[in-house]
Amino acid sequence: MSRFDWLSELLARCEDEHVLVRHGSATRLALVHLLDIDHEDWGRFAEVAQQQGCRWVALWADQIDADDFNIDVCFEYHGDYLVVRAPLAIRQPVLPSHTPWFPAANRPERHLQDMFGIAFSDHPDSRRWTRHQAWPEGQYPLRRDFPAGGEPTDDTPPDSAYPFFQAQGAGVYEIPVGPVHAGIIEPGHFRFQAVGETVLNLEERLGYVHKGIEKTAEGRDAAAAARLAGRVSGDSTVAHSWAACMAMERAARIGVPARALALRAVLAERERVANHLGDIGAICNDVGFAFALYQFSRLREDWQRLNRTVFGHRLLMDRVIPGGVAADIDAAQVDELLRQHSTLQAELDELIPMLDDNPSLEDRLLGTGVLTTETAAQLGVVGYVGKASGIDYDLRRDHAYAPYHRLQVESPLYHDGDVASRLKVRADEIGHALNLMEQLLSGLPDGETHIDWQAPASNAEGLGLVEGWRGEILCYVRFGEAGRVARFFPRDPSWLNWPALEQLIHGNIVPDFPVCNKSVNGSYSGHDL
Amino acid sequence: MLRILNKIRKTGIVTEPVSKDPELEALGIELKRLVDLRMRGSFAIREVDSGSCNACELEVHALNNPYYDIERFGVHFVASPRHADALLVTGPVSRHMAAALKRTYDATPAPKWVIAMGDCTINGGEFGCNYATIGAVERVVPVDLVIPGCPPTPTVLMQGLLALLQA
Repeated sequence: MSRFDWLSELLARCEDEHVLVRHGSATRLALVHLLDIDHEDWGRFAEVAQQQGCRWVALWADQIDADDFNIDVCFEYHGDYLVVRAPLAIRQPVLPSHTPWFPAANRPERHLQDMFGIAFSDHPDSRRWTRHQAWPEGQYPLRRDFPAGGEPTDDTPPDSAYPFFQAQGAGVYEIPVGPVHAGIIEPGHFRFQAVGETVLNLEERLGYVHKGIEKTAEGRDAAAAARLAGRVSGDSTVAHSWAACMAMERAARIGVPARALALRAVLAERERVANHLGDIGAICNDVGFAFALYQFSRLREDWQRLNRTVFGHRLLMDRVIPGGVAADIDAAQVDELLRQHSTLQAELDELIPMLDDNPSLEDRLLGTGVLTTETAAQLGVVGYVGKASGIDYDLRRDHAYAPYHRLQVESPLYHDGDVASRLKVRADEIGHALNLMEQLLSGLPDGETHIDWQAPASNAEGLGLVEGWRGEILCYVRFGEAGRVARFFPRDPSWLNWPALEQLIHGNIVPDFPVCNKSVNGSYSGHDL
Repeated sequence: MLRILNKIRKTGIVTEPVSKDPELEALGIELKRLVDLRMRGSFAIREVDSGSCNACELEVHALNNPYYDIERFGVHFVASPRHADALLVTGPVSRHMAAALKRTYDATPAPKWVIAMGDCTINGGEFGCNYATIGAVERVVPVDLVIPGCPPTPTVLMQGLLALLQA
């Protein structure tokens, strides 16, 4: 199927629904189609996109001058990405909500409400989301007149008055958990309503690690923006810095050397393997199978140590830079990497069957935390959460970017949607990543590892799309004067996957929450920004 | 089950024998000696993420993997601040975590230490000090030791713990 051959169908639907498409461009946001519509048609367009069968991807706004916002929403269909843009006057910042058609839009719209002061009419839940008490109601950090430093007071009070959902009835009780959890994990709040051991309802309250990333990116040069992107979510540092660099390079219209692209993919696959190894051990440990934790954390440590020896950083931070990579490898190092692949493969050939055949592990993981294909599709989940619930999507294959376009990309698919399936996807993906790295390292192109960065013209914009280890990462960048970033918006896959946890926990017992949570493993930092 | 036992036997003990890595030898033996001497053999740490990007947490986890196995030196990570001798704090202190960090500090019995881990805890790191971050742990709770790095490696973390006990 050729790219975007569905677009005419969508445009015909727009005409039927009286959605006026003012302008379309295939070049302004390279590789992505951009459609300009009026803000009055914003809600009707969601209806059109839903009829078409599009997946809702991301929403962001951008204040372009003193009086106007641009609102962008991104959809995906058959591996093609479409950005729809509407202008919106600041003096009347109201738009129809997309949430009734796409539940995934729920929190992102509330994020815009808190950060830009844009109201979404017909939104089923207009409570604040990202804002706790760090700034007052009625002030909006991502508006231009809001100072980056804010107006800090000595004390930021806790957000004790947040109106949580409540459930009442005989025997119903509430369990509040967090933000500081018992383990060594990121902070967030979970509010359970339970009867006996059974979870009736779970409500997530995130935003605790909101660090003002979008605001603090403004005014940075490309290199500094890439460093920041590498810390949106520390476990996805390669994927996020790659997505940001891709966006900036597309905006600047510069091509990255083939060797740099291949090395970026090696780094990204190593990041995937490291995280999957850690997660497999941790999921098993959450049901008391310590053997797997120690075996897999041992393999992860071996992996991180070689990262340091070969690439200079255990987590591979700051190796992806605008224009290429800040790391190169010689033939001896290629051999060293390949040797580690064989060792790991041999270990996995031995260990994975032990997990598969262990009855007590099976008892705890099989049928636990089920996310049905129907719910998964409604929520638009991505990555291993989607692949375990019958959602067959992988950017590396379905929207192949260099260097994956010349590789054979495999992607696992399961349909049970339980914790066991999410574990299997991870195990399979490690094997597939090893295959990809063999292909990459055996045909590593010669040449430069980076080219000089050239600052783009003012208002140049770009969209980066990368399959991180958690799934699809989107990054939007618009440049302002003198090559300085005017708008930076990274959308971590966790935005789409966190809501799935609230659904898949229904009917499970409270003691299974840790393993369910670990099997989804949303990033708090990547979500809270 | 037999396969599991066999794998355990074949894997053996990968925990770095203190004689294999001279750096870890000096570090581990000295850490254990000081934990025995100053902490009666048990040093309990509560980790608090106050806005970290999660990279620091990954390296704290590594301290518990079988290579470092920091528990053999008497150092363990506990679930509650009530059980802790020290807090290990990461991140630039997001304002949304400031109250929780303070409460965790207050819940830790005195005498107590605060260890600030990572560049963010010194000056906010890449995030700096902005409307959403306080930019330094010491502006919220008193800090006894700073371990720089982005993130600090497990070895650097162990050196930091040693420095704390030597002080």
